[in-house]
Amino acid sequence: MRMTYFTKFLFVAVLFVGGSVLARESEPSSDEPQKDLKTEIKEYIIHHLQDSHDFSLTSYTNDAGEHVYIGAPLPVILWDNGLQVFASSKFHHGEALAEVGGNYYALHHGKIYKTDAQGTINYDAAHHPTNAQPLDFSITKSVVMILITALLMFWLFSSLAKSYAKNGGVPTGMGRFFEPIVLYIRDDIARPNIGESKYKKYMPYLLTIFFFIWFLNIFGLTPLGVNVTGNIAVTLALALITFFLTNFTGTKDYWKHLFDPLGDTMPWYAKVPLYIILVPIELLGLIIKPFSLLIRLYANMQAGHIVLGSLIGLMFIFKSWLGSTMSFGLAFAISLIEVLVALLQAYIFTMLSALYFGFASAEHDHDHGHEEEPELMHL
Amino acid sequence: MEIPVMVGAGLVVIGVGIGIGRIGGSAMDAIARQPEAYGKIQTAMLIAAALIEGIGFAALFAT
Repeated sequence: MRMTYFTKFLFVAVLFVGGSVLARESEPSSDEPQKDLKTEIKEYIIHHLQDSHDFSLTSYTNDAGEHVYIGAPLPVILWDNGLQVFASSKFHHGEALAEVGGNYYALHHGKIYKTDAQGTINYDAAHHPTNAQPLDFSITKSVVMILITALLMFWLFSSLAKSYAKNGGVPTGMGRFFEPIVLYIRDDIARPNIGESKYKKYMPYLLTIFFFIWFLNIFGLTPLGVNVTGNIAVTLALALITFFLTNFTGTKDYWKHLFDPLGDTMPWYAKVPLYIILVPIELLGLIIKPFSLLIRLYANMQAGHIVLGSLIGLMFIFKSWLGSTMSFGLAFAISLIEVLVALLQAYIFTMLSALYFGFASAEHDHDHGHEEEPELMHL
Repeated sequence: MEIPVMVGAGLVVIGVGIGIGRIGGSAMDAIARQPEAYGKIQTAMLIAAALIEGIGFAALFAT
């Protein structure tokens, strides 16, 4: 049985190597305009993945040869020896300098640098700008999307709560859609993982984080072109909340499990050499858990956006009815998968958060099993 | 420098694919054997798949 797996693996590996060699040979000699298109698509995808200072939906080049952007400017808030607030339309999408209160600011690859009146940007050896960067508290595209999602959730769930109060607990309208999801989070995520007696105090957070991530993931798939959950700062913040909640609500047993995992099973002189290894590993696990949360969400959404962008870009590279149609079909199929991934990642984040809360609130002794003990104790 | 890193990442992704494939297959077997435990098996499957997937993404981002 093992052997067949191995031979299959070898076969696939040989196919891969052979295929890549063939692909390299049959690769068309890249002429100049095609390469330009490729780099253009690459830049477009990278630009899409980044946060930006203006909410531009689309742009085109008009007959006069100038770029026309459709979208809205956003407020730029800088702390540079005092608060500087101005609209991002002053940058003209990175094409112009913004002069505010005697200071000049330039937008360079999505970041704001302080420059002189001519807008010179100095580079170091690695081609990184050496200009001073003012502290940037701007309302960027991601921030706008987060605010919109927060407002949407507030409106949606407070109106749902009102409708439940009015109809005596019977779901109507949107409630019919959301009630099963809320019940699923309560009965299949919170209860089995956290335990019957404690799950209630974590429910608001679990529901919030689930719908927040789900809505933002879904917004990322719309033509709005936002990539909020594919932004590592956002996922870091979400993971940090889970981390702090886990540790601040941790019971005595949780901390005992961290620093004294063996308990009374051994005399102290036997535990000391073990703990030199065990305790650092436990402490490392403390950090790895939220770290894996943040990387998983970030990487999944980022990868989804890259794949989708590349497949859409392929349409313009092929420029043939067969290739473009095929890449359109692929992009459509991947979009459908991304809808699933959007839900799945929200579910995984909530699920793992609940699991970590379960560790933190577990009150067990190691001698006899307990009903409330989470199913997966060591992840 | 660049090529070995990419080959390594590719190997990791193959491994991740085999791993997730086996998790999915085993979960299918388990569900076929005990359809009433569908929910629990699915949850455990998704968690395991997510953990392995993380390694794959780590490899992809290393390139």
